[in-house]
Amino acid sequence: MLNIELQYFAQLQDEAGKIHEIRKTPAPTAAALYDELRNAYDFALEPACMRVAINSAFAPWDQPLCEGDHVAFIPPVTGG
Amino acid sequence: MNDFIMAETPVDISALRRVLLVPEAGGFCSFEGRVRQTNEGRAVSGIDYSAFGPLALTEGQAILTEAKQRFALCRATAMHRTGYLSIGEMAVWIGVCAAHRDAAFSACRYIIDEIKQRVPIWKNEHYTSGETGWVPCHTF
Repeated sequence: MLNIELQYFAQLQDEAGKIHEIRKTPAPTAAALYDELRNAYDFALEPACMRVAINSAFAPWDQPLCEGDHVAFIPPVTGG
Repeated sequence: MNDFIMAETPVDISALRRVLLVPEAGGFCSFEGRVRQTNEGRAVSGIDYSAFGPLALTEGQAILTEAKQRFALCRATAMHRTGYLSIGEMAVWIGVCAAHRDAAFSACRYIIDEIKQRVPIWKNEHYTSGETGWVPCHTF
């Protein structure tokens, strides 16, 4: 099990009901972690329309997670 | 130096502009994005902008660096606001300068398009009805 620091933004923040959490997870990758979180929080967004950031840098969904990683799932961006 | 600025409060644009007025640049181009009073047919009272700060800064800076490489720019700066903005308030400002106008126009367009596609910033629209809603995604 890994301890992962999660930060939530936009609609994910509303759906999770929190901005931040430290979660113990067996998920080996960001993709598996998002699946786990969808079960927990009923996230509506499909991963296909999102990106993931690990330790504040964009990363591939299949990047292996490490103990203490900071993970943020990035909903479709709407700046400007 | 980071030329991409994320700001929680209004920024003095004249100061940002002054940095771009250099003797080698014959052309200066800027773009301002402001909060509009309607979206998708709904009356908007304001927009609450949120961002993933550290990643917004690195991605924004990457876009400016790319723009300088793609176009013959002298300098480029961009600013994006966070927090609640009312109708007419400036959400984004981009300024570029180049020896000639073509590069300045093209780079300004490139930077705003890339910001809208890549920088982790989100709009939560507040409607005059009292409701709020996350803007689903940009339509081009």
